[in-house]
Amino acid sequence: MFSRCLSLLLVCGSAMAADLRVCAEPDNLPFSHENQSGFENRIAQLLSAELDARLIYEWQPQRRGFVRKTLGSDLCDAWMGVPAGFERVMTTKPYYRSTYVFVYGKRPLQSFDSPDLAAMRIGVQLPGNDGAATPAGYALAAKGAVQNVRGYPIYGEQPAAERIVEAIARGELDAGVVWGPAAGFFARTKHLDVAPARAPAELASMPFEFAIAIGVKRGNNQLRDRLDAAIARRKSDIDAVLDEYAVPRVP
Amino acid sequence: MLRALTFLLGLAAAAASAQDGEWRMPAKDYASLRYSELAEIDASNASKLREVWNFTTGVQAGHEAAPLAAAGLLYVVTPYPNHVFALDFSGKVVWKFDPKTKPSSQGVACCDVVNRGMFYEGGRLYFNTLDGQAIALDAKSGKELWRTKLANIDVGETITMAPFVAKGKVLVGNSGGELGVRGWLVALDAKSGKELWRAYSTGPDKDVLIGRRFKPHYSGDQGKDLGVKSWPGEAWKIGGGTVWGWISYDPQTNLVFYGTGNPGPWNPEQRPGDNKWTAGIFARDLDSGEARWFYQFSPHDEHDYDAVNENLLLELDVRGVKRKVLVRPERNGYVYVMDRATGEVLSATPYVHITTSLGVDLTSGRLIYNPKTQPKVGTTVRNICPASPGAKDWQPSAYSPRTGLLYIPHQNLCQDTGTYEASYIAGTPYVGADVLMKPGPGGHRGEFTAWDPVAAKKVWALKENFPVWSGALVTAGDVVFFGTMDGFFKAVDANSGKLLWQFKTSSGIIGQPIAFRGANGKQHVAVLSGVGGWAGVTVSQEVDTRDGTVGLGFANAMRDLPKYTVKGGMLHVFALP
Repeated sequence: MFSRCLSLLLVCGSAMAADLRVCAEPDNLPFSHENQSGFENRIAQLLSAELDARLIYEWQPQRRGFVRKTLGSDLCDAWMGVPAGFERVMTTKPYYRSTYVFVYGKRPLQSFDSPDLAAMRIGVQLPGNDGAATPAGYALAAKGAVQNVRGYPIYGEQPAAERIVEAIARGELDAGVVWGPAAGFFARTKHLDVAPARAPAELASMPFEFAIAIGVKRGNNQLRDRLDAAIARRKSDIDAVLDEYAVPRVP
Repeated sequence: MLRALTFLLGLAAAAASAQDGEWRMPAKDYASLRYSELAEIDASNASKLREVWNFTTGVQAGHEAAPLAAAGLLYVVTPYPNHVFALDFSGKVVWKFDPKTKPSSQGVACCDVVNRGMFYEGGRLYFNTLDGQAIALDAKSGKELWRTKLANIDVGETITMAPFVAKGKVLVGNSGGELGVRGWLVALDAKSGKELWRAYSTGPDKDVLIGRRFKPHYSGDQGKDLGVKSWPGEAWKIGGGTVWGWISYDPQTNLVFYGTGNPGPWNPEQRPGDNKWTAGIFARDLDSGEARWFYQFSPHDEHDYDAVNENLLLELDVRGVKRKVLVRPERNGYVYVMDRATGEVLSATPYVHITTSLGVDLTSGRLIYNPKTQPKVGTTVRNICPASPGAKDWQPSAYSPRTGLLYIPHQNLCQDTGTYEASYIAGTPYVGADVLMKPGPGGHRGEFTAWDPVAAKKVWALKENFPVWSGALVTAGDVVFFGTMDGFFKAVDANSGKLLWQFKTSSGIIGQPIAFRGANGKQHVAVLSGVGGWAGVTVSQEVDTRDGTVGLGFANAMRDLPKYTVKGGMLHVFALP
């Protein structure tokens, strides 16, 4: 029974502390870092404390096949920060909702309908999957902005969002359209502005906002339910962490 | 025999006699025929073939490599972790080499962690590792002679191809076109591993090694810096065109021929233009790397039709004139017969059901796309044929100068791209095409086709339940060998396609069969089993088939594979009693 306590979170009484094994990226700020300085690390800390569980990390890059190689091979119980409804896992209730945002320097860019769009040098993240793009990538193409758009592959020395923000700060780009949490965090350090990006009329159904949740292995309803309850109880603490990291949120 | 006389085989036959009974490179010879001159096994006795021994590699991922037979030993390289074994002709391990491939390279490779084989030359074995290194070993002892780090896994580059060695140069290219990698081919000094030249697949002419001697046949490929101008902005810098397939070499003209992968990693709308020099073929001078001609099979590719397939160098009668040609069964569904010296397309004939294009304009050389099947954001496009893995992916065909036929292992797959679904990687939500692959017309997923490149028509074809993801081998005994993903190794009559013999392996076959003179000088046939690769990820990587779009959309078409086979690599060696 004892080993069962360890492997199946919280099937035993709270007197016997269980483990919450979290898979996280070792170097992907502001989300997570192996020195536990990311906001997902902070939120995982809050939730494990709430569950009276010992927090254990399995550091894995969140690359192709990450679900199969982690939750799928029972390396961990949970992945922080996956989109609600992400098919490869079972997800908790979302703990925040963010949006793609425009990041810009001296020359404001706040809409895909801007007459300046095609002339501006704009950076976007490239997810690395044939024919796939961020919503921003589709929107720029739909608006005919292709000549001055620059792609930043997710794979690389620093987070793509950080490279984009630094390029704006250096004046090599005029703007970027970047996933909110990373944009907010890096833009603040460079004193750049951000504004939520809304889908252009041509792509009205393209999602720019994503609700973010915790992923657990399909079938692990018990853990999901307990995490849901913990998220609800620590809502204001979670919000405070997200504020601290300048994560743009939408209702 | 009349056919054999008609379809003369030039340089390949000459090269073959020097290595009678050996198999030193995955394609057997520089011309990439995969033809063995051994004739002991023929239609009259093939039914008596039996397995004389087997050897477990201890590795679970997809085994795409060809074993090699040279200097009295057999050599095997496994998928990641890229272990190399030397075995004697009784199956005993003579030495083993572990290159210590970085585990993190597994998360970078797109479609299983495969390795397509080694190259034996002058007492040395050359191979590449998934984490981007080219390595030379002493073939007798397994001692490492040099290693050169070429690809950077941190930016998404891996190496899966077999190196190609000629005139003291080792040619190696990169994989990773989906991840914002810029494709290249490098030549290393075979003695030292030092880089001699590097030719990029995109960018300014000086990076692509395009100079005065570059004479492409079609006007669309002529002009300055097309590797920049055929892209928007700086998209060429991460434009793909990786080099992960096959290389052929014509010693008479000193030209090497190889294909480039699809453009990437953008959504196609974001990279208007032909996106040169992706999805095409280069002819380059081996010594300097200079490009001599280029032809683009799929300009502005929208279907993931990498153009990395094998190039068979033949002499054929084309409309009554004997010509030195290059034959290419291409991913976009056509068999191309091209003039080897100029890159002119002499014929381009469909060998599968095609809906993505309407034909090839032989005047301009351009593929004529079908506007009805071009993917577009937010719209559902059904019956895109061939599907993304193409009519044929990496799995190499074989050619017999005796029958004059090309033996093509291939797919029969189409796909629907549906509404776009949200996905997620490294902290970034994105929107991908919801690709679902499915069997093409007839309901079978694979085919093995014998093709007459002169008449440009199918002579016979065998239907297979699963994609035929193994290579082909043809022998002077007029026997053709190939393997199936559900685990049958088959010998068929090269003239009729009649099944002569089959052997059940425990894991499916995606490797490349070879023939060699083994113990007692007898003809042997060998192949690696071990299912996997892009097509086989439902077994080798145990992907969750409840979501049909995983495995870049392949899982949907392969849901039932786990019912037929299990994973695990094994070398099988066969002979007559």
